[in-house]
Formats: sequence, C-alpha cells, structure tokens
Amino acid sequence: MEVLYFAWVRDRVGTAREQVDPPESVSTVGELARWLASRSNGHAAAFRDCELLRAAVNQEHVPFGHPVAAGDEVAFFPPMTGG
Amino acid sequence: MIRVQGVDFEPGAEIDRLLRGRTAVGGVASFIGIVRDDLHGPALRAMTLEHYPGMTERMLAAIEQEANRRWRLSASLIIHRYGRMVPGDRIVLVVTAAPHRQEALESCQFLIDWLKTKAPFWKREETEEGEHWVEAQVRDDVAAAKWQTEPSAN
Repeated sequence: MEVLYFAWVRDRVGTAREQVDPPESVSTVGELARWLASRSNGHAAAFRDCELLRAAVNQEHVPFGHPVAAGDEVAFFPPMTGG
Repeated sequence: MIRVQGVDFEPGAEIDRLLRGRTAVGGVASFIGIVRDDLHGPALRAMTLEHYPGMTERMLAAIEQEANRRWRLSASLIIHRYGRMVPGDRIVLVVTAAPHRQEALESCQFLIDWLKTKAPFWKREETEEGEHWVEAQVRDDVAAAKWQTEPSAN
C-alpha cells in the first residue's frame, strides 16, 4: 500500500510518500491513520487530531470509515485551500 | 477543458480560443483568482501552491462534468496553477460559455465554489514574519454547500 502526505501533514511526517504493509487488522482509513501514528514521533504529530485531516483512496475523497486494501493509494492531507 | 500548470495564463487569449467557432454562445462568464496581499496581516512576499498530481486533474474534470450536468453550457474551461507566485499573480481561471447569461454566471460561481473545497491544492504563504500553511475557511465550505441543492429546471 502506498501512502502519500501533503502540506503540513508531510512536513510533520517528514516524507511525501512511503510504502507500508499494515497488519490485516487495519481495514479502514481511520484504522490505517491510527496504525501510521505509531510509526514515529513525526507520524504521531501528524495524526494527533484526525478531525483536522482529510483522506483520499485511489484519488477519490473518502470518509475515515472507508475500507483500505493492499495495493491502494491512500493520501492524507489538511482541508484544501486552492482557488 | 481543464489544465493544471506552473506557468501563467492570458485570460483574453484563453477565452478567445475557447469561443472560436462557437456561434451558439450568447454569454461568457469568467472568474480570475489572484494572489492577494491581505492588508490586515504581515506583508505577503509569496505564496506556493502545492497539489496532488493526478487527483487534481481527476477532481477538476469531475467538477466540470457536474457543471455540465447541471447547466446547458456551450463550453467551459478551468486553468489552475501550482508553484510559487507573488501578490498580483493569477492563480486560477474559470470560464463558462452558454446560450444565455444565467447558465454562464451560475455555473461559473458553482465551479469556483466547488473547486475551492474539492480540488487538492494547498497554499503556503511566505510573509515578512515567516512561512505558514493557509487554513481552510469555514465560509468556503458554506459557499460550496449552497450548491448541494441543484438549480430548478427551467
């Protein structure tokens, strides 16, 4: 599974993308976020308050209850500020 | 038509190109977003727009498709820049052309309102006091939410 980070989420995690292989118990975006938070202090800082985050699976906006599976591209980022 | 690019665009030339040969167009609406130096905060030196390549194009295309589903449009165009820009620089162009003004004006506002909350762009500001990520505004969510109800058919 490939995980991408953008804006201040990337700044805190310290990398823009990483390949991860979460345990089978991780089946949703929210569970993935909790699992990722345990990987480093930077991850913990990025995922401290998931209310501040948005997620996409395979480049579609999804809620944190959305399923994730091996091979997915999952992205975490703050609310968007384009335009 | 959508375009995501680092370089500037020329609005007049873009509109001319979009309308070429389209004689059924009765009105064109456009919106140009510009890097603003907010008079109330520390002076803005520059702004960098980050985006999610791939998803950005998908979302802009989906938003444009939704506008064409809701309104009878002759043509539409969204250009959004990324990278570093300074106050006064153009960031985004939305153009809608339709047989009548109402479709053009409404769909243009819809596109920029939805784009702001759905297209994966993030602004980072460089001010004389340092750098920071711009926070999303509640008023942008409110502006986008008012389009949840579709315009009545006429």
